[in-house]
Formats: sequence, structure tokens, C-alpha cells
Amino acid sequence: MDEVLYTLENVQKRYAGRTVLAIAQLQIRRGEILALVGPSGAGKSTLLRLLNFLEYPDAGTLAFQGLPVVPGAVPLALRRQVTTVFQRPALLSTTVTRNIAYGLRLRGQRDAQTEIAHLLELIGLTELARAPARALSGGEAQRVALARALIIQPTVLLLDEPTANLDPYNVGLIETVVRQRNQEAGTTVVLVTHNVFQARRLAQRVVFLLNGQVVEAADTPTFFTAPRDPRTAAFVRGEMVY
Amino acid sequence: MEVLWQGLVEGLRLLFRGDPYLWQIIGRSAQVSGVALAVSAVLGIPLGALLGLTRFPGRRLVQALVYTGMGLPPVVVGLLVYLLLSRNGILGPLNWSWVPELFTPAAMIWAQVIIATPLVIGFTMAAVAGVDPELSRQLASLGATRFQITWTVLNEARLGVLVSLIAGLGSIISEVGAVMMVGGNIEGYTRVLTTAIMLETRRGNFDFAIALGLVLLLLSFAINLAMTQLQGKGK
Repeated sequence: MDEVLYTLENVQKRYAGRTVLAIAQLQIRRGEILALVGPSGAGKSTLLRLLNFLEYPDAGTLAFQGLPVVPGAVPLALRRQVTTVFQRPALLSTTVTRNIAYGLRLRGQRDAQTEIAHLLELIGLTELARAPARALSGGEAQRVALARALIIQPTVLLLDEPTANLDPYNVGLIETVVRQRNQEAGTTVVLVTHNVFQARRLAQRVVFLLNGQVVEAADTPTFFTAPRDPRTAAFVRGEMVY
Repeated sequence: MEVLWQGLVEGLRLLFRGDPYLWQIIGRSAQVSGVALAVSAVLGIPLGALLGLTRFPGRRLVQALVYTGMGLPPVVVGLLVYLLLSRNGILGPLNWSWVPELFTPAAMIWAQVIIATPLVIGFTMAAVAGVDPELSRQLASLGATRFQITWTVLNEARLGVLVSLIAGLGSIISEVGAVMMVGGNIEGYTRVLTTAIMLETRRGNFDFAIALGLVLLLLSFAINLAMTQLQGKGK
């Protein structure tokens, strides 16, 4: 279980001359649920974009399954092992079912009716299978976004503040589905959240990012009860850290 | 008023009796503008998608050029194509097989392609740019290739793309300047609805001109109705 999926060394990302990410060292292991926490602007979402190969580091090395991640050198098959559920889901203007099946169609696979039915049941939207996606509420749309990510059976599931604007019912449902998928399929999950309680509920390991740097990376119990860095302790207590 | 009324009645009679001269002209119009629209779609939709979806240096300049192209006066296009295809022109003397001669339906198609393509590009560009930019990133994250992203976004903007085609067709079916200059209004060969209306009016054949005008008006109305219906649907 300790196989390393991602290795980051001195990874930097700059926007308009400003360094938003500068990670000296970080490893993400296969099968874990890792939470990235930190205040807004800490570089959490930027890191997720790098992990999803949507953007590339400006300096340093990022490796996925031992292969260096550089522009144009990530094979499509490898890129397709990773997907993200974003904070605000952008769905296609078609039915719920076709939205969920999209990833399969991209891969030239036939719609797996049983798998779609199973996912619809999992997210509690069986009755809305044929409904147009634009008629959904925010929470329902996010659940569809989760289902369309899960149908491609990703090796890595990246979650970018997936429940930031949702009510407790939807938060609970999404967390349950994610946890279950991690346990049953061994899917590696990287969760970005600024909600420390969610990190505590879901993650086995927590990384605290501040100004683009890793302040602390620790097992969840250690992170919350015995953090090494005083800034981590302050963040966990809910005090502002800058 | 009486001339108009008589013309209207006679025009409808010609139309529904299937007058061969009249229907030959309608057929030619449909053929020339139909082929021109097809070519414009093949050129314009991918270009519009590219301009709407990608960022590159000079993009704004290209956009300004497209917008200028959307308002090109047909007579200017006629002049341009004339100069291109004329025996003493630019392409004419080269004798390339794919370059048509002046005063042929193919020359008219060239002119209409030049008129309609910027419209197709411009409307497609706007339609594609109107799709949530976040969608492209999320599709990429689901494993879509660039081509698959473009295809999906075009599909999301399908009503706008259809509107671009209708706008293109509307502009060329009713255009007279360019087809007159490069087609020459030769009876049975390059005579289309608009040039025929001009000629028959000059000759005093008002009933004929009115019949042709009716067809053109009906076509225009159908095209605009389709366009407003579609635009309403997209809202």
C-alpha cells in the first residue's frame, strides 16, 4: 500500500511573475485519501491542476507513476487515469445519464448501462436519469459531476472544494461515496478543502499549504493532535494564519 | 397600386403553374447559394471554433478582420473576385483547373463563399465563446483530447452554430452586387433570383419580377424566422 504515485521535488508554479506554488518535497501514495488544507491563495487548487496534468510546473520535477510530467510527454492513457471534480460543476446541456456517460464515450467505450444505473443509485438520482442537467440543483449537479468522474474508474480522484457550497445532506452523501470508492476500489483521493473538519472526517493524511509551500504533512491524528509546526496548530484551532 | 396587385396575382400564378423559366432561376439560386454555404460551413465552423476557443498572439487582430469581413459590401467582393478570375487578372492567367472562369456559376460561388464565410466564422466564434470556459477544463480533466473538447463545445453551442449558417445563407441568397459582377446574369446559366428581379423590373415585366421577389421574400422570411426561433431557444 505504500507505493508512491506522485513525487514532487522543488516544484514551482508562477503566474505573471508571482510564485504561487513552491513545494520542496511531497509524495502522494497509492490508495490514500490525502487532504490539502490551507487558506485561500495557498496554492491548493494550483497543485490539483498540476496533478491532473492540466498545467505543468515551471521548475522542479513532478513524476506520476515514475514518469516525469512535462508538456506533451504525458501519454493519453496515463492522463486518463486522473480526473477532477471541481468546486463548480460544468455539465453538458443534455441529460443526467449522458453527462455521466461522457467519459466512457471519450474513451470510445459503449455506455455501460448497469454501471450508470449503479452510479445513479449511489448518488440518489435514479429518478432524474433522463432529466436535463440544467434543471438540477447545485447539490444534484455536483453529485452528477462525481458520478461522471467515477465512471471512468480513475486511479486518482482529485476533489477541488467539492462541497464548498453545499448543504449538509449533499456534503454527507458525497463524502460517503468518496470514502466507499476509496475503500472498495483503492482509488487514490486528493481532496482540497478549507474545511478542516472535512479533512479530519475523510483523510488519512493531511498536508497544510501556506503561501504555496508545504508547512506540514502528517497522518490525520498527528496533524490534528500533535502538529509540529506552530502555524499548523494555529490553523487547526481556527486561528488565521498568514 | 393596380400594377402591384396584378403583378401579385400573375406572380403567384407563374409560381404555382411551375413556369420553367422561373423555376430554373430558383433552382440556380438554390444551387449557387447552397454550395457556397456548404463551403463556408466547412471553412468557417472550424475557424470560428479555433478563434473562439484558443488564445494566441494577434487573436484580436484576426477577430477585427473577421468582424470587418462580416460587413463586406458584396460589390466590393464582386470586384475582388472579378480581378482574381479575369483573364487579365491574378489567378485567371495561371490556367489552374480549380480556378473557375468569370461569368460561370462557379465564379458566383467563389464570391458568395467570400461573403458568407466571415459571417459563419464570426457567429460561430461568438457562440463558442459563449460556452462556459470552465467546461473545457473539466472536459480535459475527464480525459478529452483537444479535438474532443472542440467537438463537445461546438455541440454545446450547436444552436449558435446553426444561427451562423442561417445568417450566412441569408446574406448570400439576397445579395445582388457580387453575383451580377462575376456571374453576368446570363439567361439559363448564371441568372439568379436577385439579378433576374433587376432585369425584369428594367424590362417592365413587373409580374415576373414580383413572382421572383415573392420567392425571395418568402425565403428571407423563412430564414429569419428559423434564426429568431433558434436564438429564442438558446436563452
